[in-house]
Amino acid sequence: MGTTFASPLPLLAVAVSLAAVPAILLSAKNRNLREFWTLAASLAKFAVVLSLLPAVLDGRLAETRLFELAPGVRLALKADAAGVFFALVASGLWILTSVYNIGYMRGLRERKQTRYYASFAVCLSSTVGVAFAANLLTFVLFYEILTVATYPLVVHKESAEAIRAGRKYLAYTLSAGVLLIAATAMIWLTAGRLEFVPGGFLSGSSLSAGTLKALFLLLLGGVGVKASIMPLHGWLPTAMVAPTPVSALLHAVAVVKSGVFGVVRVTGFVFGPRLMADMEFDTLLAGFAAATILTASLLAFREDNLKRRLAYSTVGHLSYIVLGMALVAPAAAAGSLLHLAFHATLKITLFFCAGAIYVNLHKDKVSELDGVGRIMPWTMAAFTLGAIGLAGIPPLNGFVSKWSLGLGALQAGRPTALALLVLSGILNAGYFFPIVRRAFFKKGAFPPGAREAAPTMVAPLVVTAGLSLALGLYPDLFFRFYRLASAVAASVFGGPGP
Amino acid sequence: MTWIWTNAPALPVVLLLPAAIIIPLAALIDRRLARALALAASLAAVALGILNLVRVLADGPVRYFMGGWPPPIGIEYVLDPLSAFVILVVNAIGFLVLLHAGTPVARELPEAGQQVPYYAVAVLMLCGFNGIVVTGDFFNLYVWLEISSLSLYGLIAVGGRKAPVAAFRYLILGTIGACFYLLGLGFLFTMTGTLNMADLKAILPAVSAEPAVAVGLGLIVAGMGLKMALFPLHGWLPDAYTYAPSASSALIAPLGTKVGAYVLIRILFFVFGVGAAAKAFPLTTVVGWLAAGGILYGSVMAMAQRELKRMLAYSSIAQVGYIGLGIGLANPLGLIGAILHVMNHAAMKGLLFLVAGNFRTVLGHSDIARLDGSARRRMPWTTAAFAVGALSMIGIPPLAGFFSKWYLALGAVARKQWVFLAVILVSSLLNAVYFFRVLERVYLVKPDAEEDAPRTEVTASMRIPVLILAAALVLLGVLNAAIVKGVLAKVAAAALF
Repeated sequence: MGTTFASPLPLLAVAVSLAAVPAILLSAKNRNLREFWTLAASLAKFAVVLSLLPAVLDGRLAETRLFELAPGVRLALKADAAGVFFALVASGLWILTSVYNIGYMRGLRERKQTRYYASFAVCLSSTVGVAFAANLLTFVLFYEILTVATYPLVVHKESAEAIRAGRKYLAYTLSAGVLLIAATAMIWLTAGRLEFVPGGFLSGSSLSAGTLKALFLLLLGGVGVKASIMPLHGWLPTAMVAPTPVSALLHAVAVVKSGVFGVVRVTGFVFGPRLMADMEFDTLLAGFAAATILTASLLAFREDNLKRRLAYSTVGHLSYIVLGMALVAPAAAAGSLLHLAFHATLKITLFFCAGAIYVNLHKDKVSELDGVGRIMPWTMAAFTLGAIGLAGIPPLNGFVSKWSLGLGALQAGRPTALALLVLSGILNAGYFFPIVRRAFFKKGAFPPGAREAAPTMVAPLVVTAGLSLALGLYPDLFFRFYRLASAVAASVFGGPGP
Repeated sequence: MTWIWTNAPALPVVLLLPAAIIIPLAALIDRRLARALALAASLAAVALGILNLVRVLADGPVRYFMGGWPPPIGIEYVLDPLSAFVILVVNAIGFLVLLHAGTPVARELPEAGQQVPYYAVAVLMLCGFNGIVVTGDFFNLYVWLEISSLSLYGLIAVGGRKAPVAAFRYLILGTIGACFYLLGLGFLFTMTGTLNMADLKAILPAVSAEPAVAVGLGLIVAGMGLKMALFPLHGWLPDAYTYAPSASSALIAPLGTKVGAYVLIRILFFVFGVGAAAKAFPLTTVVGWLAAGGILYGSVMAMAQRELKRMLAYSSIAQVGYIGLGIGLANPLGLIGAILHVMNHAAMKGLLFLVAGNFRTVLGHSDIARLDGSARRRMPWTTAAFAVGALSMIGIPPLAGFFSKWYLALGAVARKQWVFLAVILVSSLLNAVYFFRVLERVYLVKPDAEEDAPRTEVTASMRIPVLILAAALVLLGVLNAAIVKGVLAKVAAAALF
């Protein structure tokens, strides 16, 4: 568990992108200056989060305790291992997305870019807030802000379709928020505490089985929408109408990962493994996750729209993480967190590729991708790496997290879960590899002069693909993801520290 | 200065009543004096409100005998945390709306013969509200109630063509409500022989089993339910709010119903009590269930409206339901939620009605279907403030509206009233439906005429109050713990549970 010490850094990590919002709004007229603020904020944010890493690895947790949000509950941010882990992923990928954004938005001459960049910054602030929230009410606060801040990005195109998607998005996510608020109020009144504790804080309380069940279902509904656990996933494929960088960062990293991170918090830090097992919540959650993994993989086959196919793939992979938490085994929990990070680098690569293809060639259907690999070799090479990773084939990082999940399945004595992971890997290969084959081995017709996309778009996706490969070969590279994930698992399961 | 200190409980009333009379006279010299005087008087009332609240929190309740005559002969004014808090809310919102009123009054009430009386009557109404809240005597309360109500009818009736009818309807229903109140008071008086609240509180336990007391109380609750537009006694409200001039509806909507709610809270929680005596006659439970119905009814009706002010009017019925629900929970958390919502809703609805006024001033209408992106382009500040108000109504933290819901939800959980909990939470979503409908139009619908509409943001006097209220929603949300712990916990501690 480690010791905590007061530090403004967690607050700074949240605030730095929020502080960029006025700067972005004020420099609406000068787009280079405006994008400078975004890049500066993303670099600063990542630097702050990274500076929290050594302390966490030492078992010392930085904490900012602010004013009381409601009597007895403070607005508190704590950089524990899980929080730093998630914040590293989100803020690190924001830098790359910001670079990519510039190429994408300018390439398409999108309107209202100021609103777009400002919303992005708010989203990232609230995502890191979700990561560092030290108690449930603070978590709800940032979770709800994230919901609202993402809305302008979903409806960015302002078309009738986008507005409909926005409504659907709000209907799902606001309903989920309401469930979370209800659960938080109930826990506060019945258990009298909201602070996240590794291993859970409800296990010691004298709540009845019925209350616990109600709380679990409410919380699961609350975080399950953003985590896209079926049948709560409906908003995600629809929201793919948003610009691709939004899909990439928010719908593959920040927003949906806030949901699965919520699952991690609920299972590991509110209920805890013992209560999960005693109340058989693990079986319930595993059932939902398994059904989601299978159904989403099958639905992905059906989609010809590349981004929607990626969306269903995301739905499936998010449930890997949920499944890992549901297995209630240390290796599975570590695998969950690893997959949270590694799926992020892989999926963002694929989305970046989809966006680059769209901006460059105006193609968004799988069936139109014949021969694209010859025109855009870098992009499609990165896509191939991403696809291999998501299928869980070594040496990409997707294999590492899946291996850990598989080990966890055996630890928990649920070999069916292992079988499911293998099957899902095959299905992933089934819906991704044909794209690669089309792109490289079929001939397509292209206008003369068609070539690779702009460097601002290609560079980020090459970096994320390279990162995925590097993390696959050496998972502890730079960011110590492996050690962090093991530390979280150890703290939740009460084992020895890292 | 000691003179101000000793007489501070009565000063707001003593200040506002003459101001209302002087305004028309001063306007004979210079018409602009009317607005200046109204603003000065209400600003002074705000200052006194702050003074009184600080004092009450430091020294405890203050009893002030009018003219030095102690009750039961004289009339007593009582400042306790509840009345001091509500008075400050009333005066602060009143001041901001009057600050905003200059342009809308000049535009919507073009005749000079209407403008000056507007300010005079508005100040008179504020005076009535102050009197209702501060008085410790039930009959005196009735007098102030009539003063404020008559002013209200006048403020509504000066509106457009349909306004007099709406005002007349409100007059009839409002008078019935006041009659109920008076009749109920008669029952209580015959049983106890006193009209002083403190005396009544002491005597009532001895006679609380008498049917006459129950009837009296029931009549009072019905009367006040009508004044606060508690479903299904809300019939007068939508037309009155819609057809009143913008400057009037912005003044009436945040404050009018709240005062009725205040009286209900005062009687049920501070005179009668909701403990043992209420078991035989569960008035609060009735209020709670009616309020729950009102929340759903108001929200659904708000979705169906085509005009912004009318939508906000139905939304008010729903929001008053929140207060009623808090009363119905009859526990400290519910009461805190109800009183907090008196403040939060006053700020939110004030803001939203002021925005509707800005729309009418700049665009010439406030029809939802005709709103589009040009509204945002022309009035970026006003629409941004509207967005803040809407998000607060939906209950997005850390805005004020979230915390009303938080305490009400806690109250519902404490009472194991799952239906009420569900109603509170579902109403958030219904709020989202009808507010995002407007936000979509303002932010996402491209204007028909593609040429750049000029940026014609409203004048500073109309923009500043809106922005102050928008900032207040953030501040009141962030500071809610301080308000609850500093003021409302004391209110709840003094209530008779």
